[in-house]
Amino acid sequence: MTSPVDKPALNLSRIAIHAVLLLAVLLYLVPLVVMLLTSFKTPEDISTGNLLSWPAVFTGIGWAKAWATVNGYFLNSILITVPAVLISTAVGALNGYVLSMWRFRGSQLFFGLLLFGCFLPFQTVLLPASFTLGKLGLASTTSGLVLVHVVYGLAFTTLFFRNYYVSIPEALVKAARLDGAGFFTIFGRIILPMSTPIIMVCLIWQFTQIWNDFLFGVVFSSGDSQPITVALNNVVNTSTGAKEYNVDMAAAMIAGLPTLLVYVIAGKYFVRGLTAGAVKG
Amino acid sequence: MATLELRNVHKTYGAGLPDTLKDIQLAIKDGEFLILVGPSGCGKSTLMNCIAGLESISGGAILIDDEDVSGMSPKDRDIAMVFQSYALYPTMNVRDNIAFGLKIRKMSQAAIDEEVARVAKLLQIEHLLGRKPGQLSGGQQQRVAMGRALARRPKIYLFDEPLSNLDAKLRVEMRTEIKLMHQRLKTTTVYVTHDQIEAMTLGDKVAVMKDGIIQQFGTPQQIYNDPANLFVASFIGSPPMNFIPVRLMKQDGRVLALLDSGQARCELPLGVAADELEGREIILGVRPEQISLGAAEGNGMPAIRTEVQVTEPTGPDLLVFVTLNQTKVCCRLAPDVACRVGDSLNLQFDPARVLLFDAGSGERLDLTASGTAIKDNVTRFKGR
Amino acid sequence: MTTATARLRASPLDALQRWLPKLVLAPSMFIVLVGFYGYILWTFVLSFTTSTFLPTYKWAGLAQYARLFDNDRWWVASKNLLLFGGLFIGITLAIGVFLAVLLDQRIRREGFIRTIYLYPMALSMIVTGTAWKWLLNPGMGLDKLLRDWGWEGFRLDWLIDPDRVVYCLVIAAVWQASGFIMAMFLAGLRGVDQSIIRAAQLDGASLPRIYWTVVLPSLRPVFFSSLMILAHIAIKSFDLVAAMTAGGPGYSSDLPAMFMYSFTFSRGQMGMGSASAILMLGAILAIIVPYLYSELRGKRHD
Repeated sequence: MTSPVDKPALNLSRIAIHAVLLLAVLLYLVPLVVMLLTSFKTPEDISTGNLLSWPAVFTGIGWAKAWATVNGYFLNSILITVPAVLISTAVGALNGYVLSMWRFRGSQLFFGLLLFGCFLPFQTVLLPASFTLGKLGLASTTSGLVLVHVVYGLAFTTLFFRNYYVSIPEALVKAARLDGAGFFTIFGRIILPMSTPIIMVCLIWQFTQIWNDFLFGVVFSSGDSQPITVALNNVVNTSTGAKEYNVDMAAAMIAGLPTLLVYVIAGKYFVRGLTAGAVKG
Repeated sequence: MATLELRNVHKTYGAGLPDTLKDIQLAIKDGEFLILVGPSGCGKSTLMNCIAGLESISGGAILIDDEDVSGMSPKDRDIAMVFQSYALYPTMNVRDNIAFGLKIRKMSQAAIDEEVARVAKLLQIEHLLGRKPGQLSGGQQQRVAMGRALARRPKIYLFDEPLSNLDAKLRVEMRTEIKLMHQRLKTTTVYVTHDQIEAMTLGDKVAVMKDGIIQQFGTPQQIYNDPANLFVASFIGSPPMNFIPVRLMKQDGRVLALLDSGQARCELPLGVAADELEGREIILGVRPEQISLGAAEGNGMPAIRTEVQVTEPTGPDLLVFVTLNQTKVCCRLAPDVACRVGDSLNLQFDPARVLLFDAGSGERLDLTASGTAIKDNVTRFKGR
Repeated sequence: MTTATARLRASPLDALQRWLPKLVLAPSMFIVLVGFYGYILWTFVLSFTTSTFLPTYKWAGLAQYARLFDNDRWWVASKNLLLFGGLFIGITLAIGVFLAVLLDQRIRREGFIRTIYLYPMALSMIVTGTAWKWLLNPGMGLDKLLRDWGWEGFRLDWLIDPDRVVYCLVIAAVWQASGFIMAMFLAGLRGVDQSIIRAAQLDGASLPRIYWTVVLPSLRPVFFSSLMILAHIAIKSFDLVAAMTAGGPGYSSDLPAMFMYSFTFSRGQMGMGSASAILMLGAILAIIVPYLYSELRGKRHD
């Protein structure tokens, strides 16, 4: 006898379930749809129509104006995010490698300290960090932001790699040591080739976190060095003149598209990062 | 190939913790096959890691070919190891796995290819060279792991329970193969196992370990026939040795052990001086195959009538369980002996083969005529 | 080969290998000690000074904390945090669990649906805030849409209503995070032993009852980690406020993170700002420490 769990029959309850899920899908999609629709309208169209009304005329002027305003900041975000992602991932990998396979006295304590650092509210370090950046001459530069993101991303990247490497059997490292391989040889020839899944997770997670960041952007940069999120906020919240919602929405789309695209293409790694980061300690 | 000597090796993981290895002394000659056997937690894997250099020792010395390697890193000791989990590099194919250690030692590509071919032929894995470890069966991975060790032509081979992960049939096959390979290549080998059958069949020398101490060191035959204490006697041999607590009686200057089967009694003469046994509780050790069916009267061996409690026909033998001195005793008889539960059986003992142990300390009390078994827990092996 | 003499051949290269792991970890150790704990200490010290636009190290005792407690805006921000946090966590958990349970029923196109539920997590809170600010626009957003669809006289001006503006933050945050909670619980549900469910079915329980009494209680660990993460997000919420309301109208939708930023960097009150940051840290510790403690205790009981 098959239980209901084994063979789902098409009955009323299942139709209801599908209906609810579909409704939820619509609710999740509505904001995105609205943003898109609004971005392709003219300001007059926006004031006469409503959120979901189809554009009377499909126009790209919102996008053109938005891009003209924020493209420099878009570039900034790239200049900040790409190096920060690469560096924090590389350092995290090496740290994870040491913490899982070359443990020494104090390394466990360090890991505990690091883990705790995943929780800290950044408000507690903003002031001292900005003093330091000033002293290093990196205030209001993209390099300064790269440094900040690397420093505060280390906790997560190290956690990812360490948890992944812990499941690699110790015998593998022992065999390599007997074969004559040293610290870096083992890392480069044996461990790293095995790390592709976690590297993907880390890259995508870090990319999303750093690209989407606003707090560090608004505190540590100004003017020309600001990332796209800060620029977006400035565009949307400046109260001079009439609000041009099409430009606002286009700018929001420009800011959000990169991480959205990454999610669509490599979403499963993103999910793994989310759930891995959640199972802490 | 090389000699291996361990002198007063001891290891502890920290002040306040009990020693993991205590005063290990042993030495093997060039080309010998040494087995380290014992229950889990006895320290055999730790000892192997110390020989390999993967762990440091807290005291004593390890000498390979008379050179003290105690401070050397693993790669300088010229040792190869086969692991229980094989530890093959998962992202490399079989050929690269075998060649890895050779590449690190900067051998020429031609020499490496030659070595890989030689080893592949030896182990019959030529058809597997292009595959990755994930595509191999357990037995095949085992061979590749051995090939990796063989290609290095090291001074000493270490095997860490290599057959534990294989199924029973494969285990027997590989055991024989390892023995054949050792005969061919005459490699100095140290082999760790918890399986006493592997210990008996593979080793030239066996070291039985318990709680970080070597309980006995000798040839398989010595360990089997002349165990130094209760633990060694009980660990080696399947079905295990029978241990019968006995009371002693003095008669005409001889010492007799009393056996009582419930139905009858008998006295076993022991060849030990009476004062040796003063105040001790004695345990009699006798192996199942050393108990035989009593022949017709008159062959001089002490016999006793017993009642059969359980019979277990194994095919090649018949195991019969009886009770003596309120202890279950196993006898190994010929398979065609006719007996059923409840039958009366006349069993006889050879007093010359029976062993005596002190119940409290477990030490062996009697010495054989040749005097190679001694009372101490640790056997010192002198010279080569 | 010479006779048995103790020749310890430790080459300099060996010594380097032994030190390599420590050397590799050293920069990160330095960064963590300075950039994490060192800076926290620094902020802590600042909170006891009279700093305003620039840091000065004149001792002020608990004056800054006293000023915080006297500050109406800080109280508003704190109360908002409780309201926002409570609603956000509660509603997100409820929706997340609900959707996860539904999705656990072997739905066709489950992967596609999951992808849709999760995409908001990939967006910046600024983008989310901008989108919802437009959606909740009084007069041109959702209310106009519903009026056009026939619901005459519908008004939705929560965004400019000081008493209701926090609810707007909740809506946007729930939209962003519920998919994530759904993913966590779905993974947890998938890990549940099917035989427990079968046993309950044989006992005659209906499926909803089984979920409520058997399955969900077994997901307590997932529940607690979700709680931790959501609480963490709530306390750190800054981007969302900045984009949607900038703390307004007035400061009725202010949150501690926004307060800290505003007072430290815009209003030149570094001492007070530092004090508020330390209080935020205290709030997080108040949640994590009991959680970690109970986790460790639980492990020891195993």
